[in-house]
Amino acid sequence: METTISVNLKIWRQRGPKEKGQFVNYHLDNVSTGSSFLEMLDMLNQQLVEKGEEPVVFDSDCREGICGMCSLYINGHPHGPVQGITTCQLHMRKFSDGDTITIEPWRSAAFPVIRDLMVDRNAFDKIQQAGGYVSFNCGGAPDANATPISKEIADVAMDSATCIGCGACVAACKNGSAMLFVSAKVSQFALLPQGKVEAARRARAMVRRMDELGFGNCTNTGACAAECPKNVPLSNIARLNREFLKAKFKD
Amino acid sequence: MWLISSSVGRKLIMAITGACLVLFVTFHALMNGVAIFSPEGYNAVCAFLGANWYALLASAGLGALFIIHILYALWLTVQNRKARGNDRYCVVSKPPQVEWASQNMLVLGIVVVAFLVLHMIQFWAKMQLAEILGNHEPDPQNGMYFINIAFSQWFTPVVYIIGFVALWFHMTHGFWSMFQSAGWDNDTWLPRLKCISSWWTSIVVFLFIAEAVVFTVNAHNGNYDNCPVVNPGAAPCEAVICEGAGCTDGPCNGHCANAGEIVEVFN
Repeated sequence: METTISVNLKIWRQRGPKEKGQFVNYHLDNVSTGSSFLEMLDMLNQQLVEKGEEPVVFDSDCREGICGMCSLYINGHPHGPVQGITTCQLHMRKFSDGDTITIEPWRSAAFPVIRDLMVDRNAFDKIQQAGGYVSFNCGGAPDANATPISKEIADVAMDSATCIGCGACVAACKNGSAMLFVSAKVSQFALLPQGKVEAARRARAMVRRMDELGFGNCTNTGACAAECPKNVPLSNIARLNREFLKAKFKD
Repeated sequence: MWLISSSVGRKLIMAITGACLVLFVTFHALMNGVAIFSPEGYNAVCAFLGANWYALLASAGLGALFIIHILYALWLTVQNRKARGNDRYCVVSKPPQVEWASQNMLVLGIVVVAFLVLHMIQFWAKMQLAEILGNHEPDPQNGMYFINIAFSQWFTPVVYIIGFVALWFHMTHGFWSMFQSAGWDNDTWLPRLKCISSWWTSIVVFLFIAEAVVFTVNAHNGNYDNCPVVNPGAAPCEAVICEGAGCTDGPCNGHCANAGEIVEVFN
């Protein structure tokens, strides 16, 4: 049964990267429990616009959990209290009537706030550019099964490749570490024959870039994997450690 | 140098030093166990690990491990706090998969170090350090004597048990964490390592706590006072009358077969 609830929202408002932000409280009535969390924010923004106030700025794009654009730290959890989904997949039926919902931006030195709940996640693109690819010459595409790959390896590589680069791992980590993201990107290639050729260079370059950009050191708390909307497992980090150490010992 | 300049290298240093410290702590717990069963045996261990060249070399290495582990921990913490940024979250909620210990390793480490300071003053300073300084009164190799003095004080077991509990939390996370940092990637073995980690740590910490309790009880009951091993200057004991068969009056005293028998307590 679809019902409506009223919620109190405590939202971080910050006009610009250099300006001081603060929490602002809003009250929202008649929120359908069938609506998504982002639709609820759309509703709030509609009301703010109608009142002549500045709408709350937040990121979103595909709204079906595959683009990695939505963020939001909701009630102490990146992508909200339900594990294994993105904010856009979170529904208002997970909240009760009269709840106070605290919404904060990702907080990490490497992800500065642009405005309100929107943060600059370009650091991830820079890490990707450092080595998150495979290089080969263009030409006729080889047959997909020309290089046999075991089902187990293919599955693990696929699990790593499900990372959508949303940054929830960095947001969840008390150290602001990007290891889960970087390890997923390194793993998805390191596990497959096509990616093995450049594995050492990739691990070295991506870790170096990650450190330069001011992400923290991993202390194996596992908050990243617990909060990851795509359930990327923690073993990726061990694999990255191994790939990096292997590359360094070889030097 | 990539061990210093890269985050993965710094974690490897923490893992290697941590692994050595786990082995040290395990060895230490087993060695103390000797003191429960055999004061003579324990003093022999103390003599073996006195100011000999091999013991001094090992102690210097151990000190270096501790210092590197602590310096890296402080350095990593400073970097990590900087990476987190100045604005903190208003609401923080720990997912169930995250161990409490893993988020409080520095604090737990500080508690362990605080305990260690007292422990070093009570034992190391009076034993190996005294021996290095050529101080032979009281005998720096008589470990049991120092156990008796330390555990006669009420605060010793309290501080020690706080230290041991902190060590349990610190080690349960650190033990499996070092394999992860060293790159043992395996979804099958990660839960197994966590299980081994809990067992290993629990056994070591249980041994330490049991030893502290036994030493405290013995020290407070004066069981060590008449023991010639512990207290070479003790006044000779008088013969005692046994209350029941098989009674022993303290760990170093007489042993009798029948109630009412008069045994000579060696002194």
